[in-house]
Amino acid sequence: MGVKYWHQVFNPYSDVSSALISSVFIAVLTVIVCLLVSVPAGYALSKRSMPFRAFWMLLFLIPQAFPNLTVYINIARIFYDFGLNGTLLGVVLVHSVHGLMFSVWISVAAFSSTDPMLERASRNLGAGPIYTFFHIVLPQAMPGIIASCIFVFLESLDEFTGTFFVGAPDITTLPLLLYTASMEGNYQIASITALILLVPSIGFMIIINKFMKPEMLSKLGK
Amino acid sequence: MRSSTSYNLWLIAPAALMVGLFFLYPLFFSLYSAITTDEGGLTLAHLEKAFELYSNDILFTIIIVLASVVLLAILSISIAALITLSPFRSIVSLLGFIYRIPLFIPFIVTAQMMRTFLAKNGLMNNAFIASGMLTPLETVSFLGWSGIIIVFVWKQLAFCTLLITGAMAALDESQIRAARNLGASRLRILFQIMLPQITPTIGVAMILSTVTIMSVLSVPLMIGTGTPTMIATDMAFRINSYGDYHVANALGLVSYLICAGLAWFYLRQSLKDKGAI
Repeated sequence: MGVKYWHQVFNPYSDVSSALISSVFIAVLTVIVCLLVSVPAGYALSKRSMPFRAFWMLLFLIPQAFPNLTVYINIARIFYDFGLNGTLLGVVLVHSVHGLMFSVWISVAAFSSTDPMLERASRNLGAGPIYTFFHIVLPQAMPGIIASCIFVFLESLDEFTGTFFVGAPDITTLPLLLYTASMEGNYQIASITALILLVPSIGFMIIINKFMKPEMLSKLGK
Repeated sequence: MRSSTSYNLWLIAPAALMVGLFFLYPLFFSLYSAITTDEGGLTLAHLEKAFELYSNDILFTIIIVLASVVLLAILSISIAALITLSPFRSIVSLLGFIYRIPLFIPFIVTAQMMRTFLAKNGLMNNAFIASGMLTPLETVSFLGWSGIIIVFVWKQLAFCTLLITGAMAALDESQIRAARNLGASRLRILFQIMLPQITPTIGVAMILSTVTIMSVLSVPLMIGTGTPTMIATDMAFRINSYGDYHVANALGLVSYLICAGLAWFYLRQSLKDKGAI
């Protein structure tokens, strides 16, 4: 028993501290990128009149429907030509594509549950479309959008394969550090890193356990 | 109306463009690279080479996927049925909490946990030795094919059970009550009334699990020691050691085919069921 390894880990100059910082930084950027593209898409797709709605919804499902290991290998190859390998931007883009399915599908559900009458009333009272969106529609969809942010954040925090091909060795996130430590037989460091990675996951599980009923899941996507 | 439609298309464009550029393009690129030479001509040489070098690993991967899927189906249906049909409500609510635990635990953390748990001198064997059930010489390491299956089943069980419990909860309750009033046992209700109605959900859960199993690199790297190994490891090896994208993509093509094979089996089965009605 001892806290020696914990001291080693939380030393401000240790690998773990810097990996934690870059992991969180990448996850926050990924959430921002996903929000920027999925909020407008979710809003547009929540309209039933949208042409080819099923096609667009399926398009955002594709990244989850294929084994993505091969895709990551080829993204790394393409990114190499653009000098994106080993850069923060490259890793954020890879994580964003992976998180996009969650953020788009949850945003669509969130915007679908808003009341269209309120939107129409606001427009009739003379408010512009942009004002109406930010003051009437968006606040109603906020809980769902926050949930999608949490999902994307966790997915990015835990992502290994994409970072392994695109980010390594220049970008080290917690999962990559865990992997290297474990393969080098550095079990103390690996276990502590694993515990750090567990904290947000377990915290989120306790929060969502209240809301996530299996009965609700069967309604997803309708 | 027309202007609002094109306006909506502009709203989707950035997200669609991202999927297209960073997923579909690499996906097609991998297919293209698997069957063409550097000069652009069609060839089967990469696939042949992949089979020549890695046919054992391909077989091993298929066996792991099938074993995991079968175990997953049996376990998740049993747990979901217990939750839905058991008369002991307090045990059920505890079970309902426990089965969800792996849902948010990352694969890499699971792999690390199992590495310390299943190893020859790991927690599990130490517990057996401490309790006097085994001597240190009798312990076996579970790192290898059995460890890989244990990790995949443990991790995916939460997701599959959640989907199947959801489907069972959405069933028409009056049917189950009617069957019970007519004297059907719980087992009979499960096999003759509930399962036939939720086969689509079970199929989807198993296919999504297969895709996940084929996508995960960390588990075969960390748990699967020695040979044979899963093709994910071979692909990473081909890239990192040789920069050989053609053979890696050929193996990728094989991994798509394994998933497509299961999906095809499921679709054919469900079409057959519909035809039978």
